[in-house]
Amino acid sequence: MKTSKKEKLSLLEKMLMVRAFEEKAGELFQQNLIPGFIHLSIGEEASSVGTCSVLRPDDYVASTHRGHGHLIAKGADPQLMFAELFGKATGYCKGKGGSMHIADFSLGILGANGVVGGGFPIIVGAGLSIKLRNTDQIGVVFFGDGAANRGTFHEAANMAAIWKLPVIFVCENNLYASTTPVAYSLAGGSVAARASAYGIPGHITDGNDILEVRKIVARAVKRAREGKGPSIVENRTYRYRGHFEGDPQKYRSKQEVESFRKKHDPIEKFKRILKKEGTLSDRRYEDMREKVALKIEEAVRSAQEAPLPDPEEALDDLFVNP
Amino acid sequence: MTHRIMSCSEALAEALLEEMERDDSVFIIGEDIRAHDGIFGQFRGLPKRFPARVIDTPISETCIVGAGLGAALTGMRPLVDMHFADFFTTAMDEIVNQTAKIRYMFGGQAKVPMVIWAPDGGGLRAGAHHSQSLESWFVHTPGLKVVVPSEPADVKGLMKSAIRDDDPVIFFQHKKLFAQTGHVPQEEYLIPIGKGEIKREGAHITLITYSRMTYLCLEAADLLAQEDIEAEVIDLRTLKPLDFDIISRSVKKTYNALVVHEACLTGGFGAEIAARIGEELFDYLDAPVARIGAKDVPVPFSPVMEDFVLPQVADIVESVRKILNRQ
Ligand SMILES: Cc1ncc(C[n+]2csc(CCOP(=O)(O)OP(=O)(O)O)c2C)c(N)n1
Ligand SMILES: [Mg+2]
Repeated sequence: MKTSKKEKLSLLEKMLMVRAFEEKAGELFQQNLIPGFIHLSIGEEASSVGTCSVLRPDDYVASTHRGHGHLIAKGADPQLMFAELFGKATGYCKGKGGSMHIADFSLGILGANGVVGGGFPIIVGAGLSIKLRNTDQIGVVFFGDGAANRGTFHEAANMAAIWKLPVIFVCENNLYASTTPVAYSLAGGSVAARASAYGIPGHITDGNDILEVRKIVARAVKRAREGKGPSIVENRTYRYRGHFEGDPQKYRSKQEVESFRKKHDPIEKFKRILKKEGTLSDRRYEDMREKVALKIEEAVRSAQEAPLPDPEEALDDLFVNP
Repeated sequence: MTHRIMSCSEALAEALLEEMERDDSVFIIGEDIRAHDGIFGQFRGLPKRFPARVIDTPISETCIVGAGLGAALTGMRPLVDMHFADFFTTAMDEIVNQTAKIRYMFGGQAKVPMVIWAPDGGGLRAGAHHSQSLESWFVHTPGLKVVVPSEPADVKGLMKSAIRDDDPVIFFQHKKLFAQTGHVPQEEYLIPIGKGEIKREGAHITLITYSRMTYLCLEAADLLAQEDIEAEVIDLRTLKPLDFDIISRSVKKTYNALVVHEACLTGGFGAEIAARIGEELFDYLDAPVARIGAKDVPVPFSPVMEDFVLPQVADIVESVRKILNRQ
């Protein structure tokens, strides 16, 4: 698939946006300005941004507990996201959701999810609905390596395959599910390999190479749109932060994290490519970073100024017809 | 008896240490329990002490609970860690249709000595998927015992009894109580399943509660004492089998009852207690039995809304005043 110079720059900017959002969120969390707990995807930006870059605005995405990147990549507004993280009335879910439960149905984002593996059946339903409504939309479910061991994964893959549903299972294999290494928990060693059991394509990508992610997911998108059925794409990547902010991380070494950051950082990798081919100058990069930083700062500022919900609003939104 | 100060978390670990030392068939199975001694540090020291009997699993709750059942049927005594009580939903067939019914359906041939341990409750700004109190579902399922301790000594004594029990026990511990400290006896002891305890004596009203709400009721009782209202606080500790005797004795003394739980009100365990008091103690009542529970919505994330939804000390105080003024 061809990616124009302009597209490449916008991919880089999106990745920078995701990272800046999450670095800021981590900082605010540390200052006790974000209640509850948050899961950051820093280091995994090529997967979220690369995948969503080949989707249409009317395509569906089901996300996870580690969902900030998916949301921003699908077009969500950082300001409304920060407001939600703060529990403000102006947040995406009016403060009812928090980091783990952000959605923007107008952008086809069917929701982050606090339950691992909760998204699989939902995307099957979206795929079925697409088929019944006879549109050419598609659906993507993001999930972790750990989620691939839930029964919902297998039920969904099977059902999507027998009905040739227009969905893509995008695994973000970051080598750990909370404290549990993939090497211990994932029989067969690969999520993509499980595709063969369902007679559908399965691909492993260098999930830190955004152009590769884009290329492989685009192939799955084409297949889905043409009515040929689902695919599994396994983006091999790594998370730099703890499972959640505050995670003691006794299950891995600092050196391991540093080595991934040094050798495989998706943003640095892409930057190098763009510089080498002359698409990106230092000046342009600095401008881009400044623009992103400003946008994030502005988003945080207005989210902080936004009002809290009235406590009684807790009783709204349960039913359409109460 | 000599006592030590311990947290609920330490009390749990000590109970399991003693039971695992006593009985080789006891083992712990669940997600992420080895690297950090459980995600709340609740199994401190156990992975190291019993490397083969603290077993990490993939994220596969359906099979974790089901495998616990299979092991229990064939000579082992598992403690299954549900990670968060909210994830019970992903193993409900294994609990409700299999675990709870297998002995009865097969005419008493089998036994299921399994404990399913579930950290529950809200107040941590953790949102709708990590804050629920789901005990009513299991009370409503014949074949399960349901334990809901509050203080460290009860956690320890009840966990030891649960491990030794030959029937399946759903063992809830409130996440906000892990760090709660209290006196724990030095020497070995058990607390029987199915026995409540009066945590504070009083003559004017009986507050019937369990888990974290015990502490809120005790705080409310302190405040009410300043108004010369003496509230008796009963911590049920077990919901099933229910210690109705302790309720009965108290209500016959105070003539008033308020049930307090964190789970949402409608269909909550308070309804069961209120109904039983109505049926069996009607003549002793000076006022209708009242109930306090969370408002009937999922637990919202934003702290201002979460605090509004979950019962607070002020709600208890106000409700007691209302009940007693009505006389
Ligand atoms: C059904 C269920 N079980 C357990 C959890 C607790 N939990 C939250 S995230 C997580 C690890 C998920 O690992 P993975 O799917 O690899 O995603 P990652 O966090 O690595 O992005 C666990 C065990 C949960 N939220 N839902
Ligand atoms: Mg993972």
